[in-house]
Amino acid sequence: MAIEHSPVQLTKADFASDQMVKWCPGCGDHAILASILGIFPEIGYKKENFCVVSGIGCSSRFPYYVNTYGFHGIHGRAGAIATGVKIANPHLSVWIASGDGDATAIGGNHFIHLIRRNMDMNYILFNNRIYGLTKGQYSPTTKQGQITKTSPFGVIDYPFNPGELVIGARGTFFARAIDNSPKTLGEVCRAMAAHDGAAIVEVLQNCVIFNDKTHSEVTDREFKEERQLWLEQGKPMIFGKNKDKGIILKGNHLEVVEIGKNGITENDLLVHDATRENTGVHMMLAQMRPPEFPMAFGVIRAFKAPTYNQIFEKQMEEAKQDATIKCVDDLLNSGDTWEV
Amino acid sequence: MTTKTLNEKENVVVRFVGDSGDGMQLSGTLFSETAALDGNDIATFPDYPAEIRAPHNTVAGVSGFQVQIGKRIYSSGDNCDVLVAMNPASLKSNLKWAKKGGIIIVDIDTFTDDTIQKAGYTNNPLEDDSLSSYILVKAPMTTMTVEAVKDIFTDKKSAERSRNMFALGMIFYIFSKDLTHTDAYLEKKFKKKPDVVAANKAVVRAGYNFCENTDVLQAEKAKVEQAEMPKGKYRNITGNIATAWGLLAAAEKANLPLFLGSYPITPATDILIELAKHKSLGARVFQAEDEIAGICSAIGASFAGAMACTSTSGPGLSLKSEAIGLAVMTELPLVIVDVQRGGPSTGLPTKTEQSDLYQALFGRNGEAPCIVIAASSSANSFYYAFEAARLSLEHMTPTILLTDGYLGNGSQLFRIPKMSELPTINPPFATPNDPTYLPYKRNPETLVREWAIPGMEGLRHRIGGLEKLDGKGSVSTDNANHQLMVNNRAEKVQKVADRLPDQKVLGDEDADLLVVGWGGTEGALKLAVEELREEGKKIAFTHFNYIMPLPKNTGDIMKKYKKIIVCELNMGQFVNYLRMNFENIPFLQYNKVKGLPFEVSELKDKFKQILGE
Repeated sequence: MAIEHSPVQLTKADFASDQMVKWCPGCGDHAILASILGIFPEIGYKKENFCVVSGIGCSSRFPYYVNTYGFHGIHGRAGAIATGVKIANPHLSVWIASGDGDATAIGGNHFIHLIRRNMDMNYILFNNRIYGLTKGQYSPTTKQGQITKTSPFGVIDYPFNPGELVIGARGTFFARAIDNSPKTLGEVCRAMAAHDGAAIVEVLQNCVIFNDKTHSEVTDREFKEERQLWLEQGKPMIFGKNKDKGIILKGNHLEVVEIGKNGITENDLLVHDATRENTGVHMMLAQMRPPEFPMAFGVIRAFKAPTYNQIFEKQMEEAKQDATIKCVDDLLNSGDTWEV
Repeated sequence: MTTKTLNEKENVVVRFVGDSGDGMQLSGTLFSETAALDGNDIATFPDYPAEIRAPHNTVAGVSGFQVQIGKRIYSSGDNCDVLVAMNPASLKSNLKWAKKGGIIIVDIDTFTDDTIQKAGYTNNPLEDDSLSSYILVKAPMTTMTVEAVKDIFTDKKSAERSRNMFALGMIFYIFSKDLTHTDAYLEKKFKKKPDVVAANKAVVRAGYNFCENTDVLQAEKAKVEQAEMPKGKYRNITGNIATAWGLLAAAEKANLPLFLGSYPITPATDILIELAKHKSLGARVFQAEDEIAGICSAIGASFAGAMACTSTSGPGLSLKSEAIGLAVMTELPLVIVDVQRGGPSTGLPTKTEQSDLYQALFGRNGEAPCIVIAASSSANSFYYAFEAARLSLEHMTPTILLTDGYLGNGSQLFRIPKMSELPTINPPFATPNDPTYLPYKRNPETLVREWAIPGMEGLRHRIGGLEKLDGKGSVSTDNANHQLMVNNRAEKVQKVADRLPDQKVLGDEDADLLVVGWGGTEGALKLAVEELREEGKKIAFTHFNYIMPLPKNTGDIMKKYKKIIVCELNMGQFVNYLRMNFENIPFLQYNKVKGLPFEVSELKDKFKQILGE
């Protein structure tokens, strides 16, 4: 299922669309678009072999702003549409742009199932914890208690944490990034593109109009170093302005420690291994949040497993090899037939 | 030896009924196939409960299989000449289908106080006078079955499992059919269980010999006329299998991979099951997490260049409505198969009905026309599935194919076509690197847009559910453009009529009454009309397979007749559609929603009544 590469080196300009980008000034979506436009030429596939699919919402305008084959679907169904694209044509690199409402409310079923199947696609989940396009109703990721247009007395629902959903569905890839950090966003998207299978990146994205600063408790300059843990494969989990804090595994839970205190050294810290099959530590990392913990960013999980599409194509090949029925004429004349 | 009487019969109907799990479907199928191999035409219909195994010996758990065999077979028949009832509950619930004077065969061993009461009888029906107008055969099937296999199975439970073969043997005796096909079937089916093969073979013979040895039924032995069928190679086929194969045939003709995205639902699941087998033919089958994912994956597959299909039944069609609108807007080919069942809501999942027509025609938001066609027999489901795919691919328009539970589960003889006899399919592919390509540029004659497939060079484009600018296909909220695009989509569907065959009429141009039907009721309607014509009545018949758009000569036909009656298994959906299209024609209507097909007798009564008025 190799995807054909471009014979020439492509540039950002090859993917620039002629459409006016209609997101609000200051919207986090602009940064995500810039990252993807930067990455597509790097990946090296022929420009005709990218297919970007979306559902409904601000983020779902994404396909119009990238000059690839694109499909702007209906609310929540991007995952299902993209699944059909990939099964029908495994030689395409399939990308999904979706929001927290699109992916985890109306499209929640498709979201968990494409993850469970390890469908080979790249899924960018723009999480701004609000319905933006319909102008400010709470979503499944909105914080409990928050006042929104449809929760004048505060949201009663407990929110979803997308990472828990992905890992709970035994996803093979989950990473988290922030819209205002282009470098790390780019790195995470690169890792996503390199992963075979359902790769989900949650981008903490700011909606300047309807949910401004929703992620500020982790993204504010003032304390971001204290509240962001950037994971690196094979490296101990260290964070903090002075790189003096770390994560240890104590019993069956994680704990924040200070390096140098109580005899703790770097060697005591948990070393990140995104490639493990076991979801236990990955789940705990995805669950971490302030104030008790920093929030984990970067590639939390990247476990190699056969994709749905690899197994599917193998079955197709094997069926063809062993077949006695090789065309529809064979089929029509198979089994009990007789001449009149 | 006494001389045997052989009654000559044009057609006979046999109905096997018993507990769900008694093997009635198998007895029925083996008898049907044997008859077909012997030169009879056949049509079958299984009638099973929604429950997989309802409580034993209750009316709720009765499963049945009806077959009509003979010379001129349009349907599985109304009432049966022979009713085989394996227990009191099945007799109780099926007696209404037995012809007066017909044969009823029961397993007398199952008529105990307990089972009689469970069936809801107050008296033993075999002992009061209630069955005096039938030829009642009380066969000790259970005892004789256990006896026949005593050297193979010592436990009663294993032994009794072959009771259905005893009943089959008796039917074979009545109609003088041989056992070769049954033997071959058993040998193949139970290849790894030789004792099961031996037991079943012994029991089918025991049933046959029971009749011969006891002289019971000897006077009833019948010879059923052979069918005069066009020469060719034949097979038995159910409507659902025929539908699946028609789709495969279309994909091969179009030289495209077939994609099916579906979710299991009665009575459409067999299409999914069948296509899942055919990876070797390139069928890409995806069992989705729900009905919506089924159709949405198919839309994605269509965008990516496959011949995409989804199969469902009524409630599933409801769930797919929004996505059908997306396919209308993106003008992608897509076949939606709806095997209709009794509705609304969950309704009668295992029973047949034609009540999804409105939903197929109108069940979407916005002005969202689709092509709608309907199969009218189990066998022609092959051709109409093919046709649905052909029209959808060539006209870049989603097409809804309506079949129903009766066609889907019923079977018929199918004259096997050669693929070379089928028409070619030429989707309007765009040309790579065509500098003039625009996603919504239309063929001026057909209004069909071009299909540019991801991967093709120089044709990158974006489409979606938002209104499109004419030609360029970018998002547009322009008022005049919206009107234009709505008109274009409607006209594109109407233009399909340019390629449809003329609607045909059976019978006289000056008939006093025109009978109109559509979809799965063709067999019963046609037979009712033919029989009335043979009785000298001036009556004509026209049956619709193309519904949206209608064949171009439909209006001319409707204007010719003084009286027109539209018959359908709903409360008048097609007749109202005709009224909408042809004002000032006083259509009469005949409707039934009992979860059952039409009976020829009820139709004839109705038509005679109108002719007499």
